[in-house]
Amino acid sequence: MIESLGLTKTFSGRTVVDDVSFSCEPGTVTGFLGPNGAGKTTTLRMICGFSQPDTGTATVLGGAYRALPNPGRRVGVLLDASAQHAGRRGREALRISAETMGVGPERVGEMLELVDLDRAAAKRRVAAYSLGMRQRLGIANALLGDPEVLILDEPANGLDPEGMRWMRGLLRAFADRGGTVLLSSHLLGEVEAVADQLVIIGGGKIVARGSREELMAKAGTVVRATDAEALESALTYAALKPRTDGNGGFVVDAEPRAVGAAALAGGVVLTHLAAAQDAGLEQLFFDLTSDAKSEEDQ
Amino acid sequence: MSTAATADVRLARDARPSLARLTRVELRKMVDTRSGFWLLLAVAALMLLVVVVVQIAGNEHDRILSEVLSATVQTAAVLLPVVGVLLVTAEWGQRTALVSFALVPERLRVILAKVLAGLSLALVAYVVALALAAISVAVAPSGADDTWTLPLSLIGQDALYMVLAMLMGIAFGAAFLSSAPAIVLYFGLPIAIGALGSISAISGTMDWIETGALAPLTEEIVGGKDWAQVLTATLLWTVLPLAIGLWRIRRNEVK
Repeated sequence: MIESLGLTKTFSGRTVVDDVSFSCEPGTVTGFLGPNGAGKTTTLRMICGFSQPDTGTATVLGGAYRALPNPGRRVGVLLDASAQHAGRRGREALRISAETMGVGPERVGEMLELVDLDRAAAKRRVAAYSLGMRQRLGIANALLGDPEVLILDEPANGLDPEGMRWMRGLLRAFADRGGTVLLSSHLLGEVEAVADQLVIIGGGKIVARGSREELMAKAGTVVRATDAEALESALTYAALKPRTDGNGGFVVDAEPRAVGAAALAGGVVLTHLAAAQDAGLEQLFFDLTSDAKSEEDQ
Repeated sequence: MSTAATADVRLARDARPSLARLTRVELRKMVDTRSGFWLLLAVAALMLLVVVVVQIAGNEHDRILSEVLSATVQTAAVLLPVVGVLLVTAEWGQRTALVSFALVPERLRVILAKVLAGLSLALVAYVVALALAAISVAVAPSGADDTWTLPLSLIGQDALYMVLAMLMGIAFGAAFLSSAPAIVLYFGLPIAIGALGSISAISGTMDWIETGALAPLTEEIVGGKDWAQVLTATLLWTVLPLAIGLWRIRRNEVK
């Protein structure tokens, strides 16, 4: 359970995070999405007590993160996979965390196995790790204390497609066991397949929030017909404002049902009628976050 | 599982890591990195080297236990504090603070554990110095009357010298939060300030300010005025930078 209420943070006059509120329920994965510099990391840092918000509060498991007596056993945190001592061996880095939070050393081996870092890799110094290996080490570190909540900042960075699929499965299983997951990403594709809830942030503000389906409904409908011109005029006649999708069809901000009715009224033969799906969601993500950006530039 | 057992598990999970546990962790951090490992090895090698050189090149009066120990402690105290500097600065330079403070949000507890770990390491190094000096004197007795004379107060002073050097390293690490400036100034600043002591008009004042005020600790049983100078030099070189460091660390946004 994570709750962010009106979090706001200003750095030297620039509002980096602006009134950010959302909550993450047990048993769900929340994807925290936004382009680089949108305020994701600052928000996560405030949730984990690394940064003091100017206004607003963040709670994890019902209280402030910093008030947890032994946070590692309740909340797994990965804020930056590169934040490990380059001169320390991978296994040793986990041993230190395990010792700090009071879990047995056998747990270190289990977690290394879980994230697929073999004996040879665990013996190497972190300096020799690829970014993907550091992410795996960081995820192992976050899971070490068998926590109820996971907070991961850009954990898919540096993972190959195979690694990304593995991580999705891991997070899904964690949530299905009743855990709460909050992960950030600047790439929609990385999180939409696993997230039950998407929170989209742009220019420090939350611009959209909801399940994939809810957001997709807002992404509109794609429609094509045998006669594109006739379709366009039928849609315009029904006041549906068609936009060309650059593929001989149109994107319309309406339910497929309304689009179908407009086509019927215009006597147009449809060849395709569907919710905009992934492409639409991607477009929506892009539109929402670039709107916020240009607003900020003004 | 019974309700009571569940509650026990819950309590164990939520137990705040004890200071002893955190100190053990910090001790581990000092030796488990490449730099820490080689530094400690270098300290040990230098101590051995000094003992051997004193035994080979020293005269009868250099080769008594108290003198060999003094030379060994002074040598160890040069490099050992760098381990203390790095113990603090690595958290920022290597950015492990993001992990350390996520697990222990009370930052000052982490620093306190570092200080305790530094004290422990200094005492271990001291025991090693004592053992090396004693072995060397046993192997090649000097023949002087006071070969084995080592007053209790000198044992304590040598230990204090080692501990104060380590604390100064940790304090400099905390004040600068960055390895390069902390190490450079740890070595450079005392030399620069010490050089001012050669100006005769202020040399009396400098005795209270420069780190040289600590040197008598390993050489002779010190008296009242010397102790006062040890105190003022420690306030200036250890307590002040540590206070600055704690203030910075409490407010610092770990990037």
